Amino acid sequence: MARIIVVTSGKGGVGKTTTSAAIAMGLAKKGHKTAVIDFDVGLRNLDLIMGCERRVVYDLVNVINEESTLKQALIKDKRCNKLFILPASQTRDKDALTQEGVGKVLDELSKDFKYIVCDSPAGIERGANLAMYYADDAIVVTNPEVASVRDSDRMLGILASKSRRATNDEEPIKEYLLLTRYSPERVKLGEMLSVEDVQDILSLHLLGVIPDSQSVLNASNAGIPVILDEESDAGQAYQDVVSRFLGENTPHRFINEEKKGLFSRLFGSK
Amino acid sequence: MIFLKKDDIIPSITHNILLLMSTDNKASIYKKPALEIKSTSFSTSVLAIFSTDLKQIQFLLEEKIALAPEFFKNSSIVIDIQGCPKKKEIIDLSALIKLLYAKKLVPIGINGGNKEQNNLALAFKIPVHTIRGTQPAKNKNEPLQLVSNKDLSIKDISLPENESSTILKRDTKLPLIENMFISQPIRSGQRVYAKGDLTILSHVSAGAEVMAEGSIHVYGALRGRALAGVQGNTDSRIFCSSLEAELVSIAGNYIISEVLDKKKYKSSVQIFLQKKALIIEKL
Repeated sequence: MARIIVVTSGKGGVGKTTTSAAIAMGLAKKGHKTAVIDFDVGLRNLDLIMGCERRVVYDLVNVINEESTLKQALIKDKRCNKLFILPASQTRDKDALTQEGVGKVLDELSKDFKYIVCDSPAGIERGANLAMYYADDAIVVTNPEVASVRDSDRMLGILASKSRRATNDEEPIKEYLLLTRYSPERVKLGEMLSVEDVQDILSLHLLGVIPDSQSVLNASNAGIPVILDEESDAGQAYQDVVSRFLGENTPHRFINEEKKGLFSRLFGSK
Repeated sequence: MIFLKKDDIIPSITHNILLLMSTDNKASIYKKPALEIKSTSFSTSVLAIFSTDLKQIQFLLEEKIALAPEFFKNSSIVIDIQGCPKKKEIIDLSALIKLLYAKKLVPIGINGGNKEQNNLALAFKIPVHTIRGTQPAKNKNEPLQLVSNKDLSIKDISLPENESSTILKRDTKLPLIENMFISQPIRSGQRVYAKGDLTILSHVSAGAEVMAEGSIHVYGALRGRALAGVQGNTDSRIFCSSLEAELVSIAGNYIISEVLDKKKYKSSVQIFLQKKALIIEKL
């Protein structure tokens, strides 16, 4: 049986798709057969971040409506043969998704995948609810600012009450906090909530902190999951996140301000 | 003054009924047991008496019966003398019982009498009921009242030792208080309602709402809304380890975070009601 992971947040623009792409790629790179599904029907982005937008023929809605087989719709990643992408439809809206349909697709994927990463759309409506409904694990992506933290809290409430595990009275979904766009400098200036502040509000297991980095934007524009950029801080942070998710004991990094050496202070470069 | 409410005269009595099997095993296979004692409940009227003046009682009783003669004819009645004066004058119970019989009422029990009265009642073959906590009426000016919904639950029934006495032991049935305990954080957008007290071992997020008919205890930060005593219980209180609430309310008296005392912000407090004013006190 596959482990179904939902990447969710409530608020938009916090880095759900970036995280989905990075974590799926990270798990696949570690040798686990992984599928990543874009649930953002109507606003598909995952294929862009994964750099496979020109190979999309069929999508999630086609599979649900039985207009194509799952095999036809899954796109194999060119960089890692353990990773498959199931894109969202750009021409439909979220009403095209049904709970039974999603359940059937996930059941079928579960047969030969180890991990299924569901990239949730923003909001708390149908698309987001269906993305999290069947989940075993939830990675809650949060930016260190009040609105995002509040929305994450709301999403956690929904995870605890409306998921399949909650409605069937099973063991609850495992929830993890992923803090993205974190800037220790701005925290120090009081412009941003600190890890402790967010932890205090959400009381959630911290999976990792992704530093605010230009490399994320560059990677997205190039269609390469940022985790593959091993030079960048964000790429390394995502690698740590994947290791931690798989149970390895990796110490947290990027939480405190780096002490700049004389050289970088003089030239102001990274 | 007398009050008689039609819908007010149906208290119920629950009896335990034991199943007594015939000692003859062979026969019991084929036949029904000779007798059985079951638990069941029926409704009966309670006659609450607040005066020792028999003439007055008779007059009022006749007036009541005249309202619905058929209803009262041969109907069973429990005599409640809890509210009856006991110091200066004591009601003449035997006269009262005779009066009831004369009015074609069948007394099936007595409640609230002293030892002497109970013995007297037993001599009339009237079993003794004790319904604790049933104050028949607040208005002592009413000499006679028929009260309703006295739930007598009888735990064991002892079979009569001799013909003259049947003593019933019973427990008073108290309403079950449904307290609620939660160990998970209450997230933004979640609502919790407890019929009794509500205890939360974690925090209550901003945008969450916790409500209880009793008190609320939060062993964590209270950042959302907390409403205690929502059914009007003014003795309810709110306790929390860190007060950061959006709104706190007790029995409908509320304050919002804007007017919260800044000195008490983020401190461990209890909130209670004193003369319709919410008092926040550091613990």
